[in-house]
Amino acid sequence: MRRPASDITIALALTALPLAAVASNWDDQAVDPAQFEEQVAVSYEEDGRYYSEEDIPTYNIAEDGTVDWLTFNGFRRYHAECHVCHGPDGEGSTYAPKIKNSAIHMGYYDFFDVVVNGRQNGNSVMPHFGENRNVMCYLDDIYVYLSARGMEAVPRGRPAKKEKKSDLIREAEDACMG
Amino acid sequence: MKKLLAFSSAIAIGAAGWASANDGLMAEISNPDQWAIQTGDYKNQRYSQLDQINADNVGDLQVSWTFSTGVLRGHEGSPLVVGDTMYLHTPFPNIVYALDLANDGKIKWKYEPKQDPDVIPVMCCDTVNRGVAYADGKIFLHQADTTVVALNAETGAVEWSAVNGDPSIGETNTATVLPVKDKVIVGISGGEFGVRGSVTAYDINSGEQVWRAYSMGPDSDILADPEATTHLGEPVGADSGTNTWEGDQWMIGGGTTWGWYSYDEEENLFYYGTGNPSTWNPAQRPGDNRWSMTIMARDVDTGMAKWFYQMTPHDEWDYDGINEMILTEQEVDGETRKLLTHFDRNGLAYTMDRVSGELLVAEKFDPAVNWTTGVDMDPGSETYGRPAVVAQYSTEQNGEDVNSTNICPAALGTKDQQPAAYSPKTELFYVPTNHVCMDYEPFRVSYTAGQPYVGATLAMYPAPDSHGGMGNFIAWDNVAGEIKWSLPEQFSVWSGALATAGDVVFYGTLEGYLKAVSAESGEELYKFKTPSGIIGNVMTYSHGGKQYVGILSGVGGWAGIGLAAGLTNPNDGLGAVGGYAALSDYTALGGQLTVFALPD
Repeated sequence: MRRPASDITIALALTALPLAAVASNWDDQAVDPAQFEEQVAVSYEEDGRYYSEEDIPTYNIAEDGTVDWLTFNGFRRYHAECHVCHGPDGEGSTYAPKIKNSAIHMGYYDFFDVVVNGRQNGNSVMPHFGENRNVMCYLDDIYVYLSARGMEAVPRGRPAKKEKKSDLIREAEDACMG
Repeated sequence: MKKLLAFSSAIAIGAAGWASANDGLMAEISNPDQWAIQTGDYKNQRYSQLDQINADNVGDLQVSWTFSTGVLRGHEGSPLVVGDTMYLHTPFPNIVYALDLANDGKIKWKYEPKQDPDVIPVMCCDTVNRGVAYADGKIFLHQADTTVVALNAETGAVEWSAVNGDPSIGETNTATVLPVKDKVIVGISGGEFGVRGSVTAYDINSGEQVWRAYSMGPDSDILADPEATTHLGEPVGADSGTNTWEGDQWMIGGGTTWGWYSYDEEENLFYYGTGNPSTWNPAQRPGDNRWSMTIMARDVDTGMAKWFYQMTPHDEWDYDGINEMILTEQEVDGETRKLLTHFDRNGLAYTMDRVSGELLVAEKFDPAVNWTTGVDMDPGSETYGRPAVVAQYSTEQNGEDVNSTNICPAALGTKDQQPAAYSPKTELFYVPTNHVCMDYEPFRVSYTAGQPYVGATLAMYPAPDSHGGMGNFIAWDNVAGEIKWSLPEQFSVWSGALATAGDVVFYGTLEGYLKAVSAESGEELYKFKTPSGIIGNVMTYSHGGKQYVGILSGVGGWAGIGLAAGLTNPNDGLGAVGGYAALSDYTALGGQLTVFALPD
């Protein structure tokens, strides 16, 4: 199986999805990790990226706490692009939900769709990031990081140990960022 | 009777064809019963002559009345009181209420603009608004979507409106406006979206644009004269707004202008500061990035710059220079001078001669500040006026993709916009501060119009090896450059202070307390927990011979983002995280005005 591509072409294609595809607003609903173990379990690895059985990007935490590159980089990109609303470590703010839980409840495709297209609920507005390379080129990273947070597989704060960035990840990043 | 007189004098001025709101507004501002502009007065002292509530009786303070704004987001700024009317604003959607103080606060009128909700997500850090201003029978509101509106103060009817920016490229507004003479001067937000900052003057009667001065760009854009405009006494020279940038980077250079403005009538100058250069990744914008991070003195009528002082050349930490400039007349070395005092995000408090732009004092106002060893004060030195950067904490020298740790202060600064107060009686400044440090890792970002342009990841935590809290409320001597006293606070102090002739200083806390302390010693004299965390500014007024103190509650803003779930220090090692206080354990959303008075 090919992995779900994370480039902007796919993101733009997804913008055609009707809004009805968006999951209902899970907001701060707590996550019971036991219920979602299957969803996030690693099935296979490809050049430093990890996937579930459903070919969904997922995190990989080694016994000694070493996190995969995407989880680490997701931490960085999240705290540049997302935390000004969703708070440190995906913990939410006074006006934006605990997105670490949203990542688990919504799943990859709905999460992807809302980041690309945004959504609005009264005066609560999620912006659309479909044209923003700083988000789109790292959307898998951010999703994987938040999934790990939602499952409490990584603690709050900067992951202490990380896998190396693979050559393919580097190439894909350079191509995407232009 | 008072109102009638004010009204007829306005007509007289209008009839003479001399469109000056100055005299009228000056009179409104100097009447201590009122609070006519957000900063209290043009000097931004936030000092009231009222002394009915004083250090001896403030302990008896009681809640007199309350008002719910109907909006649950961060409430910054304060209400105004002019005559019998209180004017109260809210965060987005920026409702304005006129409350009749002679009639138990009955709503005289309400204005609610229609704004595109698409503006909400391009506002960095919550949808705050720092309030309306009064002048010339009008209430001026600068909406989130950058529309400037003049409302009839009696009816709420729109008299004119002007569009100052374009939210689709990230231009928004959070600030109040400065009404001065026949103009309304406004700023702009959006430094995290690659906006090029500017200040713009509109005609107070028609709303027509009079001049605009950008923070960077060609001389004709920044309204600087290569010979007459100075930086620390030297002419800035030609192209000073472009020649410290690479290529066209100044066009998305930041330097936004969302702080508080002050005005010196005699010099005809107004003062403000510019924000961070875009992006937060210093490696992507070589050079000093002038005139970001700069204190500016400009002529009110023309916008021309008299002097600049760049505090943090080539910012590496997001230390916006937008905080207020407080104007005082004090003795320095036996000579009375016209001073400007500024508490910068970078942790240094600057005292300057506001006529010449000479730097007199630059000292740390939190001992935790470590990114610099201090400012070069030798006029003969090549690095005169520049801060000496400590290599260990330089995110530029450590480079892209390197996490620089334990930098103090954090990006939100030793102090953010929440304004300090000054008492001419004690000659002390009362300063709400943050006591927070950070790790900062810059990395490459690409620019897309209307999208965040940040380029760094941050972790913030309480200053290590201190009292464990995230804030202090301090008293500062601006001539000596010394802290007089410092009150530790559990959370950052995100509320504007008020000093009064009653020898009392008021401020709010993020847990929601309104506190009153002795102006002399800092001793706590009173506290009351309001319904939500306070990020608004304390104001006072008098009505029917009785003094009142008003404060907005409603947690949010930067503080509501960073502190809601509590901060963690990644350097404490695994397991220690989450050990710091979470604001969500103390308070929840709100939107309320609480007004205090002494018992009858």
